[in-house]
Amino acid sequence: MLDNKIVQSQLEYTDQQPEINAKNESLIDTLERMNIVIVGHVDHGKSTFIGRLLADTGTLPKGKLDQVKAMCAANAKPFEYAFLLDALKDEQSQGITIDTARSFFKSEKRNYIIIDAPGHIEFLKNMITGAARAEAAILVIDAHEGVQENSRRHGYMLSLLGIRQIIVCVNKMDLVDNNKEKFNAIVKEYQEFLDEIKLTPLAYVPISAREGDNLIAPSESMPWYKGGDVLTWMDKCEKQASKDKQPFRFPVQDVYKFTEAGDDRRVFAGTIETGTISDGDEIVFLPSNKEAKITSIEGFNLPKQSSVGAGYATGFTISPQLYIKPGELICKKGETPAKYGTNFKANLFWLGKKPLVQNKKYKIKIGAARATVYLKEIIHVLDASALTTESSKSHVDRHDVAECVFQTLKPIAYDISSDIESTGRFVIIDDYEIAGGGIISESVDSTSRLEDVAHQRQFLWEKSEITAADRSRQMEQTPTLILLAGPRDTGKIELAKFLEESLFKSGKKVYYLGLPNMVGGVSSDIPEGVEDRDEHIRRLGELAHLFTNAGMILISTISDLDTYEIKMLKTLLDGDQLIIVYCGEYKNQFPVDSIISKADGEEPEASIQKIMELVEAKQADTNYYL
Amino acid sequence: MDNLEKIEAQSIYILRESYREFKNMCMLWSIGKDSTVLLWLARKAFFGHVPFPLVHIDTSYKIPEMIQYRDDLVKKWKLNMVYGQNKEALANKQTYPDGNVDRIQCCKNLKSGALKHTLSGDWTRYRFDHDVQDYVEDSNKEPYTGVIVGVRADEEGSRSKERYFSPRDKENDWDVGDQPPEFWNQFKTDFSPGTHLRIHPLLDWTELNIWEYIQRENIPITGLYFDRGKGQRYRSLGCYPCTGSVESTSTSVPEIIEELRSGKFANIAERSGRAQDKEDGGGLETLRREGYM
Repeated sequence: MLDNKIVQSQLEYTDQQPEINAKNESLIDTLERMNIVIVGHVDHGKSTFIGRLLADTGTLPKGKLDQVKAMCAANAKPFEYAFLLDALKDEQSQGITIDTARSFFKSEKRNYIIIDAPGHIEFLKNMITGAARAEAAILVIDAHEGVQENSRRHGYMLSLLGIRQIIVCVNKMDLVDNNKEKFNAIVKEYQEFLDEIKLTPLAYVPISAREGDNLIAPSESMPWYKGGDVLTWMDKCEKQASKDKQPFRFPVQDVYKFTEAGDDRRVFAGTIETGTISDGDEIVFLPSNKEAKITSIEGFNLPKQSSVGAGYATGFTISPQLYIKPGELICKKGETPAKYGTNFKANLFWLGKKPLVQNKKYKIKIGAARATVYLKEIIHVLDASALTTESSKSHVDRHDVAECVFQTLKPIAYDISSDIESTGRFVIIDDYEIAGGGIISESVDSTSRLEDVAHQRQFLWEKSEITAADRSRQMEQTPTLILLAGPRDTGKIELAKFLEESLFKSGKKVYYLGLPNMVGGVSSDIPEGVEDRDEHIRRLGELAHLFTNAGMILISTISDLDTYEIKMLKTLLDGDQLIIVYCGEYKNQFPVDSIISKADGEEPEASIQKIMELVEAKQADTNYYL
Repeated sequence: MDNLEKIEAQSIYILRESYREFKNMCMLWSIGKDSTVLLWLARKAFFGHVPFPLVHIDTSYKIPEMIQYRDDLVKKWKLNMVYGQNKEALANKQTYPDGNVDRIQCCKNLKSGALKHTLSGDWTRYRFDHDVQDYVEDSNKEPYTGVIVGVRADEEGSRSKERYFSPRDKENDWDVGDQPPEFWNQFKTDFSPGTHLRIHPLLDWTELNIWEYIQRENIPITGLYFDRGKGQRYRSLGCYPCTGSVESTSTSVPEIIEELRSGKFANIAERSGRAQDKEDGGGLETLRREGYM
């Protein structure tokens, strides 16, 4: 932990004039940069393609070619261009690319990063990792072997990943005597497939990577082809248009207050996905719908900024101060807002070792938000390689592509991916792993997961002969969950126990449920060290439902809380059976029934008195209706 | 946005993502240009603060000027600095300069071994105490489970296969074939308790980008990278017995950029001066599996 002195000095440094060397900006390479991924079926020649491209464009480091040639000689095997990329031992021994590798080279137009994606189905997740970083793709098909399963699957993945610029290279033309008809047949077959997924490549180029034909210059071996070499087509790919013109979207990645700083800034940090924002702009946080105004744009070693646009990792201070958790999405007032809710339809690819199934809890990450999510419905599952549809399938297997409806526990903010791509896509986590990715196609109006659960529970409930009113009358109390919320270390537990004792002595049937009492018992199936807050809230809600159903007053404590969690609890309880008492400095974080702040110098007895009055008031209400 | 701004934004995003998701994090600072750029990016990401400790492995064979430079910046920026060392190997002279082991074994002893035990906290850590202006034994023995490292994909074959977030299992093994997918700026940030993690915010940077950024931001860099009259400079910094200087008359950052872009180094790999890379076909790969950075 830094001490005050340290941080002050850092701030002094921040306050200095930014030390940017404007005069020497000319030194910085202004050539644009483009990521291009190479995909295709295993052994169709991707690595050879890249190796040859690097060698022919003269962009290999001097030692590299000799080093690999020497290694081949030492192992008595013939040199291949593919070995240039296969720098890893186990990869060489298997002879296939297992992970994406990046190589750098430069044309007259721009700098390229060539991402080599593996063609083997087992490494689909690596292919996706590589391809998702790309702005354009080269899809390699072996002229001799023709269109294979992964030629199709990779084409489909590219379209899901949002890559629209594709150059299809029909490779190993030397093995088919540079035959024009053979090339045309493959073009026809593959285009028929692409038509079905509404994808049109930029070009089909016949090449021989091994011979260097049609890579960086037109080849004499195939005089019948006049369509331009691969490098020419690469240079024709366009950079993505600026996202500044789209509505403003800023996922709140974190909220910083480095208080040890003497630094009083509370900064909302994140990266602008789309749009621009200026000092003084009015903003709205979604899904909480809270509103504020930008008061400053923050940065380090930067001149003061009055506005900032898409792509920048930046930060803001706002006014008024709001209690916002990381994960909310900031939109600009007056622009089309993002959508928010708990149900949406999506196209999804699944990479998980276990299939995607219903009634299993998953985690979704979208923008900076993380939430508990369930698969609600499978509309259909598509076999990505054959493009056949199975609508009766009850689960989504590894490497399947499917259209599904998902349901989150709490509302999340999102866009339809055809409107705004980056806030319209998400990943699903299963058992700590990224197991799938999806793009949202539409919102679905529906009840939330817990509303469904509570409804289902009501339906299944076996009612006894004693009614809630009978119990209330006999026990002379209104069953309630009293939840002491607020920041950590504000004496909530002591107060809760004191409250239990006070209510007990006044004749109430009351029980204090501590957090450790849950951890060791009801929640002992959750491994130590795993924090699953949504699940904790759900279990607390269900336990409270049982206690209140039995007529009891239950007291528990929880650190922090948000509006959605309160809604979750109310859904599981019977709406009004909840009293929330805030302990600590209340800043309108969420609606509460009472506030207890030590800062007010209030004696514990007085605090207890306040809560007991709330309990009595609730009872008076109930008596009125009974 | 130009390319430098883009890679800067991406690195900041990754640093913030790490800070949000992981406890017990540290950043390795080798004193070289890459990890110094990384340190600068952390100050960018956290608006002037560096909210985690910096860790340096002192092999005792570092060029003395490197240590001087490190401690100067620690004082100037008031950094939370920690270093560790393989005292046993040094005491028993199990090093290459002592002539008792080969270069690879020396790296294993003084770097990977020291790193492993410094990160886990079972060997003594020394933390810079800004009150006494010196290193004192660090009372914090908690293992660092998330380690931010300044490796770049263009450095060398094995590094081009890294992920931004790269889990190592309990033996620190790196399973190159079974790495988590990363797409749409969503990374694997969920781990079963006990997993160790390497975070690589500079993966997309090239050697040239590093120098361009140093130039643009005016980041203070150790003078060892510049020629100081002898027609020689270091291109890559390491231990002096194994790191050769290169012939160059570049005396400033702009001259280095020029030299890298169009001059004599345009086509020569950066680590060509590192002797340990040459001892077996995949020397660095072997070391990386053992946790070498």
